Amino acid sequence: MKIACRRFFFFVLWLCHLGVGLACADTYTLTVAEKSVNLIGTKQTAIVANDSLPAPTLHWREGEEVTLHVINRLQEQTSIHWHGIVLPYQMDGVPGVSFSGIEPGQTFTYRFRLKQNGTYWYHGHSGMQEQQGLFGALVIDPVHPRQKVERDYVLLLSDWPEADPYRTHARLKKQSDYYNFQKRTVVDFFNDISKRGFAETLSDRLDWGQMRMEPTDFADVTGATYHFLVNGQTPEMNWTGLFGPGDRVRLRIINASAMTHFDVRIPGLTMRVIEVDGQPVIPVDVEEFRIAVAETYDVLVEPKADRAYRLFAEAMDRSGFAAATLTPKIGLLAQMPTLRPLTLLTMADMGPMHGGGHAGHADHQAMPMSGMAEQPPDAEHAEHAAPPNHSMHEGHDASMPATQTEAEAPMRHTEAPAMGSYKVLSYQHLMAAAPNREWRQADREITLRLTGNMYRYIWSFDDIKYSESEPIRVKFGEHIRFTYVNETMMNHPIHLHGLWQYLDNGNGAYNPKKHVINVPPGKTVSVIVVADAEGEWAFHCHLLYHMDAGMFRKLIVEKREHAGR
Amino acid sequence: MLFSKFMAERFEYEGNDSLHLFKWDIKHWIGNDEHKLYLKTEGDYSADQGIFGRADLQMLYSRNISTFWDFQIGARRAFEPERTFDAVIGFQGLAPYSIEVDSAAFITENGNLLGRLNLGYELLLTQRLILQPRIEVNVAAKDIENRGVKAGVTEFEAGMRLRYEIEREFAPYVGFDYVEEESLREHHHSVRFVVGMRFWY
Repeated sequence: MKIACRRFFFFVLWLCHLGVGLACADTYTLTVAEKSVNLIGTKQTAIVANDSLPAPTLHWREGEEVTLHVINRLQEQTSIHWHGIVLPYQMDGVPGVSFSGIEPGQTFTYRFRLKQNGTYWYHGHSGMQEQQGLFGALVIDPVHPRQKVERDYVLLLSDWPEADPYRTHARLKKQSDYYNFQKRTVVDFFNDISKRGFAETLSDRLDWGQMRMEPTDFADVTGATYHFLVNGQTPEMNWTGLFGPGDRVRLRIINASAMTHFDVRIPGLTMRVIEVDGQPVIPVDVEEFRIAVAETYDVLVEPKADRAYRLFAEAMDRSGFAAATLTPKIGLLAQMPTLRPLTLLTMADMGPMHGGGHAGHADHQAMPMSGMAEQPPDAEHAEHAAPPNHSMHEGHDASMPATQTEAEAPMRHTEAPAMGSYKVLSYQHLMAAAPNREWRQADREITLRLTGNMYRYIWSFDDIKYSESEPIRVKFGEHIRFTYVNETMMNHPIHLHGLWQYLDNGNGAYNPKKHVINVPPGKTVSVIVVADAEGEWAFHCHLLYHMDAGMFRKLIVEKREHAGR
Repeated sequence: MLFSKFMAERFEYEGNDSLHLFKWDIKHWIGNDEHKLYLKTEGDYSADQGIFGRADLQMLYSRNISTFWDFQIGARRAFEPERTFDAVIGFQGLAPYSIEVDSAAFITENGNLLGRLNLGYELLLTQRLILQPRIEVNVAAKDIENRGVKAGVTEFEAGMRLRYEIEREFAPYVGFDYVEEESLREHHHSVRFVVGMRFWY
């Protein structure tokens, strides 16, 4: 029976892969097991679902009642979390928070009805299994399809380590800059002097020296150990998607990395961003966007020329890249772009950490937006930062009612022009395609400081690690304004399970809703969370080693009857 | 969760025309973010004469007290040249400008006070070629007759090591030390050539 089920499942998957659009059956089975893989020239043990790395792409339909059996064939506990899916908390799949985990030999059956559509993903939430290969894409078709496209591809980005992830973690605890091979050298010092003069160079070095930090510290784990993959393939293996003449191609780009933010571009193609974290946004045309760990971006591209294009995803710290090819013919290759040089962090990025900085607490309270408009810290982006954001912002403030009708239009007529065209996407450009009917002022404000000790590789919220923390309790139906104050020099993609975070980027009812909010170093970002699902939810930084080290909370949405207390 | 680190900061031959020493400086800790147990040992051995010039072992409880600092308390057992016991109190961490600091006060059985300060810095020539200046000063509050210790600076060591990190965990180095020693019995200073390796796991 089980075998028949699995065969049927594979058959359905195969059909889905063909893009037949066949209605998928609503019972699925994933078998989690170890597998020997050779991705980087040496044999390694991966943790895979249904023998596949990445795990198979699951195609579901909005409204579908999903029944999914997860069989654990490992020697250790496992779990699968449905990232971004709104469901009963017992089905969320976080051991110790929402259920007790799946023991070796056990089968756990997930059951939930899908209330949403879009691009999501799923991954292990036990130990380091996510880093060891247990992740896959989730595509949920809408009841009423909005976009008609000729090609539809999932591009699952990930980072594959050379070492056992526990060893990686231990190395970071012993020497936190173990993987940083881009530190400032004496040679850089003299180069800086010739560029900026002695006094300025010295003062800059002293500033960093005083903080005991490095301006190249973008990522804790880097290309020194990581190989960056698209759909489980290295740049040499070159995952390839085909397109025909005049095709509109939808790319569902998912960052399933444990630790790596990517800057994604396709030289020669403009990407129209249509959905973010599975939610439709007013289309925005961009040349490049930064995808934080665990975010998803759906983009449309229309390759016109009869040539191949390279999708190039640079690790944020420029220590490596993932790449794939879109081509009209197998065998055509596009030129591989080269990694751009790393642009250093500045004192402004250090925000509250640095007394002399100009991004302190006071600024943020007065103007919570100040952190949001930041572009990825590349020199070539700097020139684009100010003007587009301003025009964008003023436009909305002035003509919000008018925008509302326009806002819905692009979704009905996809040929309509995008809201704007920018070189690099920022959170500022994101507007929900439809207004949030529940939009109102928050009932309560909770400030969560994102804290850590880079030197000792300790990560926490409000200086308290998960192991020593109390859960955050909110009442059912409450609107809570969470303000994330990043007091560290790392980016932290904050993920709240089971509930949406409405990013406050100044668009009112059109603030986009997301499951992951990236908070850049030294910045402050606010979100509104509507506590519309009771239960116990995980709330954490999605960088795996940060989560593991303690940047994690349990958020309890109390039941309705206790709410009045 | 428990972690541990074994670190041979110095594991070297040191010498000049008249002196040939084998020296070590090893630390090993086990613990979590806040609490650690430290073992530290350093010393030197003269192959020519077949004697230890100095060799001791410290066992310390180390408590994280701020972002960059640990407070340490424990005991030291010296084996050579004489067997002694001292109580140890110290601070270890990273000072502004990324200067590594290891400091300790030793209180002898007779209530005498000794001190040791170790400062180190790392200058990156490339990502793997690292120049490491280092200073160590040992002081005594007053003369200690039975140990031959004279009040003041008893030992001053300033050196420079150039290491190449083949792996982060394994780096051979060369360098030199200037050493000045002052005791009730003698005073001497010398410049020594150094070759060795730094390794940890």
